Amino acid sequence: MVIKIINFFGNKFLNLCESLGRFVFFLGKVIATLFTTRLKLSKLFVQMFRIGTGSLTVAILTGVSTGMAFALQTYIGFRRVGGEHFIGTIVALGMIRELGPILTGLMVTGRAGSAITAEIGTMRITEQIDALRTLRINIFQYLMVPRVLAGAIILPFLVLFTMICGIIGGYVVCIYALGLSPEEYISGIRMYVEMKDIWGGLVKSSVFGFILTWVGTYKGYRTYGGARGVGASTTQSVVTASIMILITNYFLTKILETL
Amino acid sequence: MIEIIDLKKRFKDKWITKGVNLSIPEGKMTVIIGRSGEGKSVLLKQLIGLINPTSGKIVINGTNIVGMAEYEKRKYLDKFGYVFQFAALLDSLNVFENIGVKPLEEGASPKDVLPIVKKNLSLVNLSEDTLYKYPSELSGGMKKRVGLARTMITNPKVILYDEPTTGLDPITSRVIHELMNNMQKKFGLTSVVITHDVKMFDYADRVALLHDGIIKYYGDAATIWESDNPYVYQFIRGLSSGPIQAEKPTSRDKY
Repeated sequence: MVIKIINFFGNKFLNLCESLGRFVFFLGKVIATLFTTRLKLSKLFVQMFRIGTGSLTVAILTGVSTGMAFALQTYIGFRRVGGEHFIGTIVALGMIRELGPILTGLMVTGRAGSAITAEIGTMRITEQIDALRTLRINIFQYLMVPRVLAGAIILPFLVLFTMICGIIGGYVVCIYALGLSPEEYISGIRMYVEMKDIWGGLVKSSVFGFILTWVGTYKGYRTYGGARGVGASTTQSVVTASIMILITNYFLTKILETL
Repeated sequence: MIEIIDLKKRFKDKWITKGVNLSIPEGKMTVIIGRSGEGKSVLLKQLIGLINPTSGKIVINGTNIVGMAEYEKRKYLDKFGYVFQFAALLDSLNVFENIGVKPLEEGASPKDVLPIVKKNLSLVNLSEDTLYKYPSELSGGMKKRVGLARTMITNPKVILYDEPTTGLDPITSRVIHELMNNMQKKFGLTSVVITHDVKMFDYADRVALLHDGIIKYYGDAATIWESDNPYVYQFIRGLSSGPIQAEKPTSRDKY
C-alpha cells in the first residue's frame, strides 16, 4: 500500500518534471531559432496584425469599462475623506501600472492565446506540422517564432489603448456623472504620473504577450487526440498562461519598483 | 537500398512494432499491407524520421540513421518524400502556396516558383484552375494529388505513401494508382506504399504483410495471389477466419 502511494506520487512528480522540462526546452528552441535563423518578417507582421486587430476591441472595452468602474469606486471611497481631486491620479496610475497590462494580458490570452493553440493544435492533429517536417521546413522558424515575437511586440500597443481608454472612461464618469471639474481630474495625472510608470506598464505588457504566445504555441504543439485534444489544449493554454501572468505580475512589479 | 533491421517501437507500455526486418529495393514499389492498428503508419513515420524508434536500425545506403541527431539525419532523408493519408495540406494556404511552400520558405520569389508549381500540377494531372483554390474547395482525390505534387517539388528519390487511396471511390483510386505508377516509372523512384487496397498489387513489385508487430510475409507482388502463406491468404481475400483475429478496439476507440 505504501509502495503504491509512493509510486503514485513519484510518477506524478516525474511527469511534472518532464512537462516542465519540455516546456522550457520548447522555449529554448524558440530562442535558439530566433537567433540562428532568418526571421520571417512577413509572417511576423501577419501575426502582429492578427493578434493586434483581433484583440483591439477587447482591449478598448476592457479599458473603458475598467476605467469607468474604477473611477466610480474610487470616488465612493475618496469622497469620505475629501480626496476627490486624487481620482484622476489613482485611475491613471492604476490603469497604467497595473490594471491595463494585467487585464489586457488576461483578455488577449482568452482571445488570441486560445486561437493560437487551437490553430497549431489543429495543424498538429491533421498532420500539417508533420507535413512541414517531411518537407524539411523548420517549424519553429515557420510557426513558433513569428507568433511568440508578435505577442511580445504587439501587446504593449494594445495595452496603450487600454490605458488611454481607461483614463478617458474615468474622465467621462468623473466629469459627466460625478460632477468633478476636468482640471481636477487632469491636473493630478499631470502632476503625479511619470514616464517610468508608463514604461513599467509597457514592459510588463511585453512580458505578458511573450508568456501568452509561448504557452499558446507550446500547448498547440503538444496537442494529441483529435478535436477533444484541441479543446483540452486550448483550455490548458488559457488557464496556464493566465496563472503565469498573474504570478509573473507580482515579481515584475517588485523588480520594476527597484529599478 | 533501405534496410530495416529488428525495428521496435513502444508507446508507453505498448509495443507497436516488435522487430520489423525488411529490405526495400531501390527503384521498386514495395507495398506494406496489414490490419488497421498494426503500426504500418508508425513504421513509415520511423522511416522518414517523424517518430524515433525504440530500438533497431534503419540503414540507408549503408548508414544507420537511428540515433542520429536531427541535422545529421537530414542529409540522408533529404531525398525522401511523404504523401499523407489525408494529404495534410496546409488549410490556410491555397494550392499554389501549398505546392510551393518549400521553395517559398527557402526565399524564392512567387514569380520564380509559379512555373515550377504549374509543372508539378500538370504532373499530377490537375489544371491551372485549381492553382488559387483552398484545400476546403478541393475533392479528396484532388487533395491527394496536390499532396503528391507538393512532395514531388522536392525531387525525391524515395516516396512513402500512407494509405493514398483511403476514402476515395474506385475510379479515383485507380487514377491515383496510375499516377503513382507513372511517377515511379518516369522518375525511377523507390516507393513504399501502405494500403488496404489489393488493387495496388497490380502496380507493385514487392509486398510485405505486417502482423502482430513483425513482417509475416515478404514476396513478389506478381505471385501474391498464389501464395499459401496463411496470413496473406486470409488478408488479401478478406476472410474472417484464419490466423489474423478480427480487429479489437484500441483504447482510443473507447471514446
